[in-house]
Amino acid sequence: MTSRRLFLKSSALAMFGVGAAPAWLSRALYAADAPSPRKKILVAIFQRGAVDGLNMVIPFGEKNYYNLRPNLAIPKPDGTEDAAIDLDGFFGLHPALSPLKPIYDAGHMAIVQAVGSPDPTRSHFDAQDYMESGTPGRKATADGWLNRSLLAQPNPSPVRAVSLGTALSRSMRGHNEAVAIANLNDFKIRDTRGAGTFESMYDNTLDQVLNGAGRETFEAVKLMQSIQQQPYAPSGGVQYPNGPLGQSLMQIARLIKSDVGLEVAFAEMGGWDTHFNEVGARPTQGQLANLLGQFGNALAAFYQDLGDRMADVSVVTMSEFGRTARENGSRGTDHGHANVMFAFGGGVRGGKVHGEWPGLEQEQLYEQRDLQLTTDFRDVLGELVVRHLGNPRVTSVFPGYDQPKFRGIVTG
Amino acid sequence: MKKYAVAFILTGVAILAAYAPDYRQFSQPLAKDQEILHALNRLTFGPRPGDVEAVQKMGLKKWIDQQLHPERIAENPELTDRLKPLESLTMSPSEIATNYPPPVVVQAMMNGLLPMPADPEARARMELQAKRLKAKQEAKGDLKDKQGKGGDPLQQAMRQQVLAVTDPVERRKLIGNNTPQQVLSYDLNEAKLYRAIYSNRQLEEQMVDFWFNHFNVYMDKGADRILTSSYERDAIRPHVFGKFRDLLEATAESPAMLFYLDNWQNVSPDRPQQGRFGKQFAKQKAKQSRGLNENYARELMELHTLGVDGGYTQQDIIEVARCFTGWTINQPNRGGEFIYNDRVHDKGEKIVLGVKIPAGGGQEDAERVLDILARHPSTARFISTKLAKKFVADDPPPALIEHLTKTFRDTDGDIRAVMAAMLESKEFFSQGAFRSKVKTPLELVVSAVRATGAEVNFAIPLATQMAQLGQPLYRKIEPTGYSSANAEWVNSAALLARMNFALALTANRVPGIKVDPSQFQDDAAAAARQVLFHEPAKQTLDSIRRALEQKEPTPGLVAGLVLGSPDFQRR
Repeated sequence: MTSRRLFLKSSALAMFGVGAAPAWLSRALYAADAPSPRKKILVAIFQRGAVDGLNMVIPFGEKNYYNLRPNLAIPKPDGTEDAAIDLDGFFGLHPALSPLKPIYDAGHMAIVQAVGSPDPTRSHFDAQDYMESGTPGRKATADGWLNRSLLAQPNPSPVRAVSLGTALSRSMRGHNEAVAIANLNDFKIRDTRGAGTFESMYDNTLDQVLNGAGRETFEAVKLMQSIQQQPYAPSGGVQYPNGPLGQSLMQIARLIKSDVGLEVAFAEMGGWDTHFNEVGARPTQGQLANLLGQFGNALAAFYQDLGDRMADVSVVTMSEFGRTARENGSRGTDHGHANVMFAFGGGVRGGKVHGEWPGLEQEQLYEQRDLQLTTDFRDVLGELVVRHLGNPRVTSVFPGYDQPKFRGIVTG
Repeated sequence: MKKYAVAFILTGVAILAAYAPDYRQFSQPLAKDQEILHALNRLTFGPRPGDVEAVQKMGLKKWIDQQLHPERIAENPELTDRLKPLESLTMSPSEIATNYPPPVVVQAMMNGLLPMPADPEARARMELQAKRLKAKQEAKGDLKDKQGKGGDPLQQAMRQQVLAVTDPVERRKLIGNNTPQQVLSYDLNEAKLYRAIYSNRQLEEQMVDFWFNHFNVYMDKGADRILTSSYERDAIRPHVFGKFRDLLEATAESPAMLFYLDNWQNVSPDRPQQGRFGKQFAKQKAKQSRGLNENYARELMELHTLGVDGGYTQQDIIEVARCFTGWTINQPNRGGEFIYNDRVHDKGEKIVLGVKIPAGGGQEDAERVLDILARHPSTARFISTKLAKKFVADDPPPALIEHLTKTFRDTDGDIRAVMAAMLESKEFFSQGAFRSKVKTPLELVVSAVRATGAEVNFAIPLATQMAQLGQPLYRKIEPTGYSSANAEWVNSAALLARMNFALALTANRVPGIKVDPSQFQDDAAAAARQVLFHEPAKQTLDSIRRALEQKEPTPGLVAGLVLGSPDFQRR
């Protein structure tokens, strides 16, 4: 415990300076053993389209990285904005992710390398489906891992599981109550003449599909009314980026701070399928850099906005598969295999790149083209479900996955 | 002895029924009046007042036969009038590029690399755009963070209010001068909705929607902005009832698809890049070190033909990509057409799904691939299943799939024949299919407009609604297209948006659309029948009646409540 306190203390100082550390940090420092009265919250973020993990967290210590990617490789850290940001002497962050560096340095962001789904598919659709259902290779799974990660409760909050967007994500589908919310302010029947009537119709209808979804909707609507009454101002004037991920995370932060019983949330960001012109004039510019800029800014804004509430929150990011280690013929990358995941939050053992690195030499590549997998994504998600959410039944969350190997990304 | 055998068989059936999905409902026929309503719900974008009677009069069989042969149906002048002002719909991509230039073209004209358009109106527009682009570039810092599309929703709503009351021709000038690129998206969106609402060839429009979605392209990806209009018109529409092989070829050769799935960049890594463009260009090209791009090859097999379990390997993807090297576009941003560039074609031998394609070939290598894929048994099954899921039920019975697959194979992929087989099947007109599908947002929005006989003079506000319901038109980023499965569309955000739309529509709060509330009868049950074309559920009617006891109904309120009810979400 001592070492952890010391570690936290020093990293807190590094990040915020003396006296400026968020309250939860000092709580963690001085009352680490006291049980938290609040529920733990898990936020899952999906990067749809398969992000190029090798340019997100750059293995600059790997010589073959530069051979495989003559046009795409991010230069070794040199202190400038046009190079990777050194993390541990071997890996570096894409410079567009610089807003995340202080969180990493503070020990609250963990990176897992060479992680992903063991299923060999390179189909976006299948791979996303497998990752969201939590059952690689099994298409018949009807529900999603986030829905299954919820524990049975006597009086569950109607917004315990929220999927941001106009559709309920695959990860969220299942028999536990889960709602899709595109915009908190808009989550209501605008015309008051209709509200009660619609509620009664959907409560009573014999149409089972619409009855279930309708009930969940109107229960959530009631709960949202109190939140909608006052406009939301992120803490300390934090600015979320305008893109969809920033807006989704802002709404999740608002739900968390409103204490309406949120337990799991899902947000997504698309556009990562960079077959063509992944980089601009310089490798640190262009399509991927713009997307990562939005991604990093959104995550950092969320972290800062939540402040001490971050003690109860873990965020995990994932993408269906990685991209080819070698660049393709059109300044892009094709569909690959293993990838990188981020986890951050109060309970995360961060400041570290986890997972075994398989190397990028030709004979080390998966099918001679992609990064090998050394960590199953269920090891990461499973550990968060068990150690963070406190759901011990990892095999019912990930059926068929009997012996997850936790990597120690959650303190506990 | 016999008794035991029967009992044994019955037990067996019961056990089977407990484990296998229950398809017995697909053997139970519909009543006569249900048949007509069902056909209208599935083959059109929803019945209009009078449609049921019209089909009754004509006879269902004859009506279906007509819908399968749209060229025999006279088009609705209400539609042709509305399409007339939408000029970009009839332009070639290169005309579009000239008249509604993308920023890269404006830039090139500013730099003198491209000639300015000759037409004075287009030229004036271009100069205005050039001025704007310059101002934008100077103020780049401010714009950097503007990632969200569409801007402030309030501003957008006000803009739509203003545009809705403007005459269509003036309206297009206003938009064209402001944001010429937006005209393209407006024209496509308006045309799609007008056709769905007003066309007499309803099944053809359903099929255009189905096939565009099957061969999805994303209009906001670069040059696809100027290529999508021609894609729907020239590649999809002519083949929706034709041979699958022709449709496949049309999409494979379309600049919109070549651009969207990057095949225009797919070249053999081994072939010399320099040549007729001279040394300078060669140097520039060499720097880019071009080579294979697998994107199209993969989606061609996974999504367009065989299906993900259709029996191909990663090596097949590479081989197909090699066959398609050199299938490219002549200057996509200027609306150039498909060209085959033999200089970058991979000349080696390829083996696709076990079939050897000999070395030394050219454009015909990919033609060969299209032959193999179009005639592959997996394709027949995959396409038949997808059609059945769209038109019959989320989980269509295997016997129907078999029947359609066989028809597909027997007719060499004749889409009209497959559809005809489906519409003659007992499964289509069965209790298992009846009202089993939840409407997609497109079906919901258009069926509400049709059921209320609303007059639409500006369709963009409807398109905005569709985006809120989760189905922005021409803007599905992923090549999968939208799912037709119920689970995709039943969730809280979407349900609320549906109810809100229903009330806004009948209260005449959707700009550009007029519903005549005086048409609805006072009696709640009668008003419900007017938009549902069948009896409302007791629960729905009771809820409405209770509401009416408490307050004075305003005209249209009952209709709005019915359009937002569970009853109206099904088709």
